[in-house]
Amino acid sequence: MMSTQTMSEQVLLNIAGVNKRFGGLQALTDVGIRIMQGQIYGLIGPNGAGKTTFFNVITGLYQPDSGTFELAGKPYSPSAPHDVAKAGIARTFQNIRLFGEMSALENVMVGRHVRTKQGVLGAILRHKAAREEEAAIRQRAQELLDFVGIGKFANRTAKFLSYGDQRRLEIARALATDPQLLALDEPAAGMNATEKLALRELLVKIKAEGRTVLLIEHDVKLMMGLCDRITVLEYGKQIAEGLPAEIQKNQAVIDAYLGGAH
Amino acid sequence: MALLTFDTRHKPRQAYISMAALLLLMLVFPFVASQFGNSWVRIIDIALLYIMLALGLNIVVGFAGLLDLGYIAFFAVGAYLVGLFSSPQFAALLESLIYYSPAIGEALVAFFGPEIAQDGIHLSLWAIVPLAALCAALCGALLGAPTLKLRGDYLAIVTLGFGEIIRIFMNNLNDPINFTNGPQGINMIDPIRVFGVSLAGEPGSGANVMIGDYAMPSVNAYYFLFLAMVIATIFITGRLQHSRLGRAWVAIREDEIAAKAMGINTRNVKLLAFAMGASFGGVAGAMFGAFQGFVSPESFSLTESIAVLAMVVLGGIGHIPGVVLGGVLLAALPEVLRHVVDPLQQAVFGKVIIEAEVLRQLLYGLALVLIMLVRPAGLWPSPNKEERPNAALARDEEEASTA
Repeated sequence: MMSTQTMSEQVLLNIAGVNKRFGGLQALTDVGIRIMQGQIYGLIGPNGAGKTTFFNVITGLYQPDSGTFELAGKPYSPSAPHDVAKAGIARTFQNIRLFGEMSALENVMVGRHVRTKQGVLGAILRHKAAREEEAAIRQRAQELLDFVGIGKFANRTAKFLSYGDQRRLEIARALATDPQLLALDEPAAGMNATEKLALRELLVKIKAEGRTVLLIEHDVKLMMGLCDRITVLEYGKQIAEGLPAEIQKNQAVIDAYLGGAH
Repeated sequence: MALLTFDTRHKPRQAYISMAALLLLMLVFPFVASQFGNSWVRIIDIALLYIMLALGLNIVVGFAGLLDLGYIAFFAVGAYLVGLFSSPQFAALLESLIYYSPAIGEALVAFFGPEIAQDGIHLSLWAIVPLAALCAALCGALLGAPTLKLRGDYLAIVTLGFGEIIRIFMNNLNDPINFTNGPQGINMIDPIRVFGVSLAGEPGSGANVMIGDYAMPSVNAYYFLFLAMVIATIFITGRLQHSRLGRAWVAIREDEIAAKAMGINTRNVKLLAFAMGASFGGVAGAMFGAFQGFVSPESFSLTESIAVLAMVVLGGIGHIPGVVLGGVLLAALPEVLRHVVDPLQQAVFGKVIIEAEVLRQLLYGLALVLIMLVRPAGLWPSPNKEERPNAALARDEEEASTA
């Protein structure tokens, strides 16, 4: 526990002043977050608040109009998704995006791509280094499948997995990139109560490994119990930031969710 | 298909037995077939080249999911490369250059020497093959670069245009400087020589190739060369498929955005798919040019691109044994029909009612429609694609309970 104590003093992700405009719509206005090492950080807000847009900006899918981006003290440029993944941010998608025709294991093996390096020659010659790398990829992928609890479905075609297992597979695939920050976009969407409970356990397990998680979610109950800190977005603006207990009492947040007097 | 399996991962023993049996069959084939005339072996020679093409295209279309309708252009690049550097054509090029710009022409003649100015360049096979692969790969990357953001129909249109551009280039690149000899095509291309043995047979030998004291028809010699190349292609594409790179290709095919988010540099990986696919087309083209001894733009029309694509799709897109099967059927079937239809009609009706060529096209089209209706995933698709979830589940549980 000592190590997590000291680690949590370090800022892992520091983002400030993000603006993003789609034509006439100001999707994000001066949004910023600071995530400490080892935290589960929540991002909540009503539909259309700009949560996913912010997510896509952080992970390089959308180009921001302005903003500063720092990961583990080093500035990174969210200009291309593959560079962001290389820098150490891995994400999942709100509407699951698996490689449907590949097996579960292969999906996770793709996640290892960014941390491995064999090219055409290695593939064709299959020399010692290539074989060892391939074996390591396979082993790590299987470990991750076991970790998220779907190890026995390793050879199942991804699109034939159940919905909850597809979500887990996406998390395993993201973990395969050895991320410093795991960013999950509504992982509990469409899950029933049992599946949500299992997801919650998985997230706690991921946190216990010392990983940092950024979480978008609608389910406020799930978020309150799970997150160390929460940011609330509404209409692309940050309306609150703080501990879950503080957020729960915040009048602006209550108004945003329940519709306050305008 | 139950008898043959090439799944070395799950059923290695069966797979290696299947491969050995098939190889034996392939090795014996020309000796049997040439008893009935060399034309049968010649048909298979061409079919082997088409299989090589189909396997190359399978990298682009099957693995990476990039619909390429101009693939025959790379075949053309290889064929014209061998035409230019392995025939008297280079002399004609220099001659036209002297006429166009004496200064440059004379300088080049002085550079290459009088022999080349007289007879052209005659590179050996060993130089031509890597050169063809490299040139075609370069063209592949050149085609890939502007089309990186395109998918599906849009990509198909652009690649189709590219294929036509190359053909029209070949048709018109004879003036003012004569690179390709225009519509007449390039003639007198050297036959392939392997270790000093000409596969077309020495002049006056009646197209018999002497290997030591053993003589075999030229078509048989080419057959073995092409067979070796097809096996090499199967080996290389197979290894690529089951590698880090092959997974990245399939990932892009399945979901490009997710592939990017997983850290795959989709630009580079796609360009690599175009280049790798094209290089096989280039090598096949070089073989084709040397085998025919003649290349002209007619051989590289859109119909050919579509035929190669049809082999990939009909056989089983992304599945190497399926693609080979598609290649064998579609390349050989029309030729077989041509040999069978006329005699058959003569025998039955006493005269030819429908010309072979007409019937050939008709049956070809009919076969395509039928296969697409009955087996939309191809004749021999990847095994895991058809695996039903329930069947897999039942098997898993069975394994779990026995373990």
